[in-house]
Amino acid sequence: MTLWVAVLVSALGCALLKQLGYVVPARWLRGSRAATFVDVLPVALLSALIAVSTFASATRLALDSRAAGLLVAVALVALRAPFLVVVVAACAVAAGVHALAG
Amino acid sequence: MTRVGAAGDVDGTAARRRIRGRALAIGLSVMPFGVSFGAVSTATGLSLLQTCLLSLVLFSGASQFALVSILGAGGGLAAALATALLLGVRNALYGVSVRSLLGARGALRPVAAEVTIDESTAMALAEAPRGFAPYAFWCTALSVYVLWNVSTLAGALVGRGLGSLSVAGLDAAGPAAFVALLGPRLRAASLRAVGLLGAAAALALVPVMPAGSTVVVGWLLAALAYAGWRR
Repeated sequence: MTLWVAVLVSALGCALLKQLGYVVPARWLRGSRAATFVDVLPVALLSALIAVSTFASATRLALDSRAAGLLVAVALVALRAPFLVVVVAACAVAAGVHALAG
Repeated sequence: MTRVGAAGDVDGTAARRRIRGRALAIGLSVMPFGVSFGAVSTATGLSLLQTCLLSLVLFSGASQFALVSILGAGGGLAAALATALLLGVRNALYGVSVRSLLGARGALRPVAAEVTIDESTAMALAEAPRGFAPYAFWCTALSVYVLWNVSTLAGALVGRGLGSLSVAGLDAAGPAAFVALLGPRLRAASLRAVGLLGAAAALALVPVMPAGSTVVVGWLLAALAYAGWRR
């Protein structure tokens, strides 16, 4: 039930946001404040997501195989590796560390 | 009609061929992301239908991945929705900048809006000076939409066969995908500071509130600090 609410509200909400971009007067969303928003919002959100999805389990901080995967991903992105290589390598290393530690 | 293209390419045939090639390449490049999203989504507990609906209707990779990551981490419904919607706000801002270039009317307008995402916007803006913005937009949108949904379905089928996220290392797919999305955005030192602040705030609050909701608070603190610093 919760999953259906999550799927439907996020899907319709995000689709609606895209439609808004075609109907609101341009001056509402033009200018330096909107430009700042476009730059800053994804950076802050993605950084917070990376931190939490790597180092947290529900309401506990955790250091586990995901951290090893993250290290590999950061190194490969810094080397400009393609997306596929980044994700597959991170998953493989995390799975390996999980198998060794567990 | 005058178009500025390569010498000898009077009717723009060569330019269109080049645009179709790039659009296909961009579509192919989102496929690994689509496969990982599909796999993580069904391994997290979403059904095949729910996973495919997200790609068909929501159609924005970062929002989709954030939603399933937070749900999977036990972050709660409100936090998952807030994060997905906040990441979707940038598509509205893209709409404002591309809509005048496209000239889409009638029934085509809402279709154009639905496929206004990072890739189609970037291609439309890049080709606008040569007069090919609509062609570049629609080619890229079609390529990404089809291949994103095909790869989501493939990944979703794989994810159903996996017992636990951590055994296959799939719990690292979310963080790795987010790093790949974030990397190219860290152009300025001030943006790197925003990222560090957002991450630190989100982590520091984990012991006192669900992990997913600290993402939103972390974002809020970082955005406020940036706004204050710019002033």
